[in-house]
Amino acid sequence: MTPATANAVATFPAPDLAGFLASIRGALPAECILACEDQTRAYECDGLPLFRELPPVVVLPEDEPQLIAVLNACRAHHVPIVPRGAGTSLSGGATPHPQGVVIGMAKFNRILGLDPERAIAIVQPGVRNLAISEAAAPHGLYYAPDPSSQIACSIGGNVAENAGGVHCLKYGLTVHNVLGLRIVTIEGEVLELGGEAPDAPGLNLLPFFVGSEGMLGMVTAVTVKLLPRPELARVIMASFASVEQAGEAVTRVIAAGVIPAGLELMDQRAVRLVEPFVHAGYDLDAAAILLCESDGTAEEVAGETSRVAAIMAAAGAIRVQVSASEEERLRFWAGRKNAFAAAGRISPDYYCMDGTIPRRHLARVLGAIADMEKTHGLACSNVFHAGDGNLHPLILFDANEPDEVERARAFGAAVLELCVEVGGTITGEHGVGIEKVDQMCFQFSRAELDAFAAAKRAFDPYGLLNPLKVIPTLARCAEYGRMHVHRGELSFPNIPRF
Amino acid sequence: MESVLSGLSEQVAAARAAGHRLVIRGGGTRLFYGDPLPEDDSCAWLDMSTYRGIVDYEPAELVLTARAGTPLAEVEAVLDGAGQMLAFEPPRFGPGDTLGGCMATALAGPRRMAAGPVSDYILGTRLMRADGEVMRFGGEVMKNVAGYDVSRLLVGSMGVLGPLVEVSLKVVPRPRSEITLALALDEAEALRSCTRWRSRPMPVSATAWLPDGSGGRLNVRLSGNESAVHAGAAEIGGELLEPEKADAFWLSLRDQAHGFFRQRPLWRVMLPPGAPPLGSGRELHEWQGCLRWLGGTHDPAALRAKVRELGGWASLYHRDGALAASPAFHPLAPAVMRVQRRLKQQLDPGGLFNPRRLYPEF
Ligand SMILES: Cc1cc2nc3c(=O)[nH]c(=O)nc-3n(C[C@H](O)[C@H](O)[C@H](O)COP(=O)(O)OP(=O)(O)OC[C@H]3O[C@@H](n4cnc5c(N)ncnc54)[C@H](O)[C@@H]3O)c2cc1C
Repeated sequence: MTPATANAVATFPAPDLAGFLASIRGALPAECILACEDQTRAYECDGLPLFRELPPVVVLPEDEPQLIAVLNACRAHHVPIVPRGAGTSLSGGATPHPQGVVIGMAKFNRILGLDPERAIAIVQPGVRNLAISEAAAPHGLYYAPDPSSQIACSIGGNVAENAGGVHCLKYGLTVHNVLGLRIVTIEGEVLELGGEAPDAPGLNLLPFFVGSEGMLGMVTAVTVKLLPRPELARVIMASFASVEQAGEAVTRVIAAGVIPAGLELMDQRAVRLVEPFVHAGYDLDAAAILLCESDGTAEEVAGETSRVAAIMAAAGAIRVQVSASEEERLRFWAGRKNAFAAAGRISPDYYCMDGTIPRRHLARVLGAIADMEKTHGLACSNVFHAGDGNLHPLILFDANEPDEVERARAFGAAVLELCVEVGGTITGEHGVGIEKVDQMCFQFSRAELDAFAAAKRAFDPYGLLNPLKVIPTLARCAEYGRMHVHRGELSFPNIPRF
Repeated sequence: MESVLSGLSEQVAAARAAGHRLVIRGGGTRLFYGDPLPEDDSCAWLDMSTYRGIVDYEPAELVLTARAGTPLAEVEAVLDGAGQMLAFEPPRFGPGDTLGGCMATALAGPRRMAAGPVSDYILGTRLMRADGEVMRFGGEVMKNVAGYDVSRLLVGSMGVLGPLVEVSLKVVPRPRSEITLALALDEAEALRSCTRWRSRPMPVSATAWLPDGSGGRLNVRLSGNESAVHAGAAEIGGELLEPEKADAFWLSLRDQAHGFFRQRPLWRVMLPPGAPPLGSGRELHEWQGCLRWLGGTHDPAALRAKVRELGGWASLYHRDGALAASPAFHPLAPAVMRVQRRLKQQLDPGGLFNPRRLYPEF
């Protein structure tokens, strides 16, 4: 157990795991209850293996009545719950609780309905993101949010994290593509949030629930909007001699009224990292390259790519190339999409950060990250959802080297604080999870954190759903505050704060 | 402006101390919407219109931040100057319209189905709590999942969780080209067409169907790149409306100034795409058939039961004498109501703000 989890556990009444197990035995098939170490070991971490915790029990309910029985038993026996989809979270959102149960939603894996004419699908939470688009493809439709993990991650996990993808500048995040949710509360009650009709009455619970990281309820069905697949897509690849110029090109594209389907930036280190593996044809001498995708009808794409190419050239691009075929388009993207995998091949471990910044501070932030490489003695490459300011520094380290884990964490924390200082946020799409609980103290005031805790109580008066995540305790922020400059002394005093 | 804000904080804290409740007011143009205000004198006004002004606007970041009392007209004029706009085409009811009121009511105009709900465009908010402290949620960036998304919860909250002090919005470029087509179609045909277009790659940005002597008329607006608009027009057919006429028509819907909106009572019914005609004979449809304005007398319970069966909800938008005491909004399922009431109690424990505006239970 990490020291951070140790002090928070104490505030919960002692869970009665034996009683819990006894009461669910009759409700679930035996093979859906995993309680010995060789079965539960697989659940000890999610996509962020920096945090590990062996769960005493894992349950895999097959349907809503079984799930309700599990939740009722958790309530009766004070057993904390960690919901889990596919376990690809990069913030430790699905890190188990040392005395709790992991509820794996993998068996909720059916597409309940797909209406091609109305362009709506209803799916269970364990369905993989890509499987929705695959099911919609024969009808010329797809589900727009496309996280890089889309072959593996579940739609339930996407809802819990408000996942994004390279196309979310134009097509939105999960929250913009989900019409309705069916959830089961800790009290075992079923709630329908939103729906197929627009603008559900009452407080706007649907978008509030999206991104709530498994802390407010269990998702059992998701109604999503499908979009017609664009006729054509082309990507422009442009190289720049400086990061500033690349940033300026992004600004000019958007100022010209173009919202590209994707707009991604890779710095030189990222380019050099991926090129040997994917042979995308990236310019290894460029300080930064931009990938800018246009989609739509053939005429639309032709018009937009020629406008964008001209803007890039005017902004100082040293090379501009438009994909001439679908194969080439995929090759241009391959490097960006495989940046993580490439990092994994050259470095024993890597740590992916996820801050967002106002785009105008890009060059400054990348400069500061380069300085931090020296301070922390670790290399970092940057991929950037440039259109919406979401930065993914990849810190390369070796967990077997003494203190490299600590240095990687300290580096990561410094990057996140920098994002907040320039007016951004500690997480754009990966969530706070267990990883960034401390940085929440940096981004939010006590009043704001109290409001989060109050909202959680409205859904989960027992504090059993994914405890220890997202919302830091008073004591934890006090501890954190002792070690860090408080935000009263931030270097950007012109950003009003209360 | 800081002194205006601290004045508001003091007023809020003082009201709480004195056991008064507060009714939040921007320009007062949306007070007709929602449940009626309590008629006793236990409530004082909290006037947000004095806290105004655009705080930050960077067209290339697609983000605008403004104080809640900023006139909606001012916000839209500034955006227009940079070739941008609010995606959800909010109604204008008068010069008093404020940005805060616009977000708290979440009323959207003809572009709603293409753009998504108003809450899709909120990036951050500042909210005042009952002791006058101002809290900030979200921010000025497009992607932000730190903490719960309180900002989106506040959109459409009718002020029951407290006064919005400032909002940051995602804005969008104005479409490069826009045309309106008129088709002679009866109600069922119009609904079928609207549903069919959902799965077609066409930039339909608004639809409106109105009954007329010979069956009905469907107006369809296409917005986007020239080539996409023309391809869509070729597929849809119909007669091209003159731009001035078309603009005037969509404005009359956006601002609910069209003669149809003078009916009392007036119901606002939201339905899933593809829902059949309601059979009242006096309907105006917008939003690809998902918004139906309904005039004439209807029994609230019977209408709501029918609408619920179709998967939608009905709000009593404009009352008349007979329905003066009927709740405005569609009743919530009991389990949903329980969570909503708890949210209200948790976030406004003293029940200080906008009592009853959303539901009598609040
Ligand atoms: C290589 C790689 C690339 C990635 N790329 C992206 C990217 O481009 N964009 C992006 O946004 N993310 C990305 N991610 C992060 C991750 O894939 C997403 O956060 C994803 O949404 C997690 O889904 P999951 O099913 O794996 O959920 P899990 O990791 O199992 O869980 C995530 C959170 O959701 C909760 N949860 C899961 N299911 C439910 C449910 N049914 N009800 C309630 N709560 C639930 C869990 O408690 C946890 O808090 C990437 C991850 C990897 C490993």
